[in-house]
Amino acid sequence: MATTNTAEKGSGLGHLSEAMQKRLRRKAQIDVGFERVLFGFAFAVLLLLGAIIASLIVSSWPALQRYGVDFFTENRWAANVEVFGALPAIYGTLLTSIIAIVIAVPISFGIAIFLTERCPGFLRQPLSTLIELLAGIPSIIYGMWGMEVLAPLLRTWFPDVFPAGTGLATAGIILAVMIIPFITAVSRDVINTVPSVMRESAYGLGCTTWEVARQVILPSVKGGLVGGVVLGLGRALGETMAVTFVIGNNLFLNPTLTGQGTSIAALIANQFSESDGTQRSALLALGLILFLITFAVLAFARYLLRNSTGRHA
Amino acid sequence: MNTTTTSLYRRRKRLNQLVMAACLVATGIGFLFLFAILFTLVSKGVGSISLSIFTERTRMTGGGLGNAIWGTLVMTCVATVIGTIVGVAAGTWLAEYGGKRKMAKVIRFINDVLLSAPSIIVGLFIYAVVVVPMGNFSAWAGVLSLTVIIVPVVIRSTEDMMQLIPNSLREAAAALGAHRWWIIVRVCYSGARAGIMTGILLGFARISGETAPLLFTSLNSNQWNFFQLNNEMANLPMTIYQNMTINSFIPDLVSLAWAGALILTAAILILNIAARYFSRQRS
Repeated sequence: MATTNTAEKGSGLGHLSEAMQKRLRRKAQIDVGFERVLFGFAFAVLLLLGAIIASLIVSSWPALQRYGVDFFTENRWAANVEVFGALPAIYGTLLTSIIAIVIAVPISFGIAIFLTERCPGFLRQPLSTLIELLAGIPSIIYGMWGMEVLAPLLRTWFPDVFPAGTGLATAGIILAVMIIPFITAVSRDVINTVPSVMRESAYGLGCTTWEVARQVILPSVKGGLVGGVVLGLGRALGETMAVTFVIGNNLFLNPTLTGQGTSIAALIANQFSESDGTQRSALLALGLILFLITFAVLAFARYLLRNSTGRHA
Repeated sequence: MNTTTTSLYRRRKRLNQLVMAACLVATGIGFLFLFAILFTLVSKGVGSISLSIFTERTRMTGGGLGNAIWGTLVMTCVATVIGTIVGVAAGTWLAEYGGKRKMAKVIRFINDVLLSAPSIIVGLFIYAVVVVPMGNFSAWAGVLSLTVIIVPVVIRSTEDMMQLIPNSLREAAAALGAHRWWIIVRVCYSGARAGIMTGILLGFARISGETAPLLFTSLNSNQWNFFQLNNEMANLPMTIYQNMTINSFIPDLVSLAWAGALILTAAILILNIAARYFSRQRS
């Protein structure tokens, strides 16, 4: 009894009635419990990441152990003779994403500059919403559109460059269309963080709109813009359905820009359900490689965007 | 002197006009793609839309998309419910308790990365930890992979919205004697409800069109499956994918795929617009 009395004095509740103390103590316990439960859910995010990496490593271990370095140097993926080389898929993944970035960046920056600097006020909101809607369309729709519309168009317009219509460059174009809204949204948000006073003072000195954009806005938000681009790159690297339809699914390394090829995600999507044993393990190893690449790219993007508002995309 | 000034002035003006024209063209290209995709969807899909699409199950010849639409609705709804519980709780911790703690910074960073992680990796992960131990493809596996995708979205929007609640409101409630959990439930949630709902709606729209994570988890089926989450369940994205690839030699199924694509896209765009409208109304 004596010990509880001192404890109650220490907590400053000694003057209250027994029932009141009990009630307050229970509420305080609920408080602690509430925080712990919420923390448990937040901590689950870390566990999730750990579980993803661990499960991919464990299930791809047989293939990695069997093929070792050959997995990264072999230039074909031939399931019938159990030769699995990641090179064609890695090449296709990187090349299509780079093509996508090269096409998407100028267009996205153009749209962002137009929306923030030149667009009449009453059109700004509707146009932004329309561009964001483009981001909402599921990726499989982009793939179908690429296969049914873009590939035949490319084949008729440039038969020398795109003999089949499909291929790495076609996949790159589709990816570009997909990531334009992401890069545009981040760039627009980042540009909007520049205080209007800076713009107005530059205009007051007689700058043209382009000079304001180039010499005032761009230098002050460079990190954020690059972050948006890298975020778009991260999206492009892991995109599956849009690419699968149009990349051509050639499993031999074909080091050209427009030829048929494959990407990590497309290869997994095509072969995983019919695979078993070593092939399945090799496909999971590809997944592990893709995850590590995108993780590094996305981590870099978040680092660049750490001070900007454009984190939501 | 005078002529050089005017020529410089003219050059700057011309450069400006050139760049602004380029920006306008870029904007035009962006909208061109949006309208080209929508036009293709409508022109190819609208012809095969009829009531039987919603009532008939998928078959090799004829049939509809009823079971696929139902399956997508069930799996998306269950995933959204689980994702909301986990995401709101985790987001609340980040906003209310995490603050500038190191643990909160790490979780925030990992969540931001998971937000854009490739969805096919999520499919592989769930395949390895759920499908293999269970021994068969199941709707539960599909639901879990969709949950993994929606949770980061909900966490992000919950945290952002709760941070918009001014601290003076929390302090006022605390001064009246409310405990912290009570402040969060009664003060913070009621202020952030509209924003969190918008985030959930956008997440719902996103996972309803995801195909890649379902490839090796829920797979697809030809049969009606109403609530048997332990078995394979038909779903719209997988049906579209299969009809466009392995079944693409059957013209009927291809046109069904386009109809399904139109229905899916229309539903997602309407959800997106509704979410935006909703959030603007409340704010």
